[in-house]
Amino acid sequence: MSISEKGNPNALANAVSNLDLDTPEKPYLDSNELIINMGPQHPATHGVLRVILKLDGEKVLGTECVIGYLHRGVEKIAENRTYTMFNPYVDRMDYCAAVSNGLGYCEAVEKLMNVEAPARAQYIRVILTELNRIASHQLWLGTHALDIGAMTPLFYTFRDREEILKIFERYCGARLTTHAFRIGGCQYETYAGFEKDVTNFLSFFAPKIDEYEALLTTNRIWLERTKNVGVISAADAIALGVTGPVLRASGVKWDLRKAQPYANYSKFDFEIPIGENGDTYDRYLVRMEEMRQSMRIIEQAVGGIPEGPIMGKVPKVIKPPVGEIYHSIEAPKGELGYFIVSDGSTQPYRLRVRPPSFVNLQALDIMVRGLLIADVVAVIGTIDIVLGEVDR
Amino acid sequence: MAEEVKTPAPPPPPQPQPAKTGPSGGPEGEKKPTAEKPAAAESAAPAKPAAPAGKSDVPAKAAAPAKPAVPTPVPWTSPLVEKYRNQYGSGLEALTYLGQNYLSVDRSLIPDILRRLREDEQFDYCVDVTAAHYPKREKQFDVIWILYSFARNERMRVKTQIADGASIASAVSIWPTANWLEREVYDMFGIRFDGHPDLKRILLPDGWKGYPLRKDYGILQQDTEWVQINLGIESGQ
Repeated sequence: MSISEKGNPNALANAVSNLDLDTPEKPYLDSNELIINMGPQHPATHGVLRVILKLDGEKVLGTECVIGYLHRGVEKIAENRTYTMFNPYVDRMDYCAAVSNGLGYCEAVEKLMNVEAPARAQYIRVILTELNRIASHQLWLGTHALDIGAMTPLFYTFRDREEILKIFERYCGARLTTHAFRIGGCQYETYAGFEKDVTNFLSFFAPKIDEYEALLTTNRIWLERTKNVGVISAADAIALGVTGPVLRASGVKWDLRKAQPYANYSKFDFEIPIGENGDTYDRYLVRMEEMRQSMRIIEQAVGGIPEGPIMGKVPKVIKPPVGEIYHSIEAPKGELGYFIVSDGSTQPYRLRVRPPSFVNLQALDIMVRGLLIADVVAVIGTIDIVLGEVDR
Repeated sequence: MAEEVKTPAPPPPPQPQPAKTGPSGGPEGEKKPTAEKPAAAESAAPAKPAAPAGKSDVPAKAAAPAKPAVPTPVPWTSPLVEKYRNQYGSGLEALTYLGQNYLSVDRSLIPDILRRLREDEQFDYCVDVTAAHYPKREKQFDVIWILYSFARNERMRVKTQIADGASIASAVSIWPTANWLEREVYDMFGIRFDGHPDLKRILLPDGWKGYPLRKDYGILQQDTEWVQINLGIESGQ
């Protein structure tokens, strides 16, 4: 399936092209070919994703994604809001990882203004962001396993995710759309007992990952459904701009937290897990290991929170100088970037969000060609998309 | 934090100009284009007067810490830039702003430069393709490619200006990921990409009229006809 091996990038470009659905002379019904719609209202599409499948019996010949059902015009809204007012909107893109979205946005604006959040705020940010990464991976694992037919992990992961959401709620009052950070630092000081809650969570959660793994890692059905399913080579993944765990499972050791460290990630010791085969099973293993590595980061961070202010010297009215900036972070799903053009006023002149889910979803077609319909469900789950972010 | 006391009094742009931008811009839509950005590409000078003008009546103590925080684009020098400058000459400008490098190039050079960056300079990952609209400029649109090289661990941007109605070469044959990204630019700005395998709307419905991220498209504006026909309601609001 690897098209880039043939050295012709055009082949890949054409492969992702449309299915020529409008061509009337195409004798779909005369042959075994069949076009069916999956979604937009389908439980396994994790939102409102419509996939048009071209099938030969049960074999997938090609797909086309129809997206935009959840489009809210986030980028247009940004141009009509001040920098501060736009901050809560970013939580609504990838609503499973709202903290990461907020971190990326706040850091991008800080960079544009050439200010930095104080050390204490950086630590709080890293702890919450990594907790959110775990929560996002838990949600992914539960729903992905459910799609494939394993119902138990869903209950386990939601039970344990609750502990993280409780910490968020105690910290900032919200569970999902947290709006935890502000431009220049954090709005809230940690509550009394924050460190203890986080440490307790770590000791609570460490055996839980083993529990998930006991259910799945050597489970015969799980192996059959995920091994060699949805394979994508490293070259194809790079050509298609795929990032995050999907890229790493194909064997590319690339994580923005290490490659171009932001916040204070360079202070912490952690590994980047990678896979070998680029299949659904490897992506599962990579994400499981990422949860463990996130716990390592949190453990180091929670023990070293320095004293000091949590808000940098930022004017009340945010007015970055004329200029433009691109800043990206390693969100749970991949590279989340913000490209902001400032005209020196209080509102962004142009704000572009580079969403990881949107770009990763483009690889769906190449990953499912030749597989069975049931595998499409597994592959959509393994890419880990959130439609709120795909459509923005 | 308490240094900046004055907040809403001074209007942000130097001169409030008559609302000429568009019929539906709304109060905020109008003041935006006043502080035009493109000049920053040639020289950093316009950046300066804008900042102090807005702050002139703020106590001097407050203005002082903000001053050094205004950086300006400086020329970007590197072997890569030298190589391309020797070849393409004046059609290319290399700058660094806040540690981020970008090339402003002439539209005619785009397919060539992008391909060479991919093939010769190992910029193998196209992070994003996007655009920005400057309605007052003759060439109304900036098209921006954000590139990354795994081998160099380096990011750069390539920018070009194109006029309304003009098209630009598609990068899909260079980076397949540009497929959806270019479709989104077309969807939001109406910029056409030559050689794109399947250029059609991606986030908005196929029959939608108008390009929402253009500055003359108001925030409440919509394709009323489409909404009435397809949703069976008077208005989408």
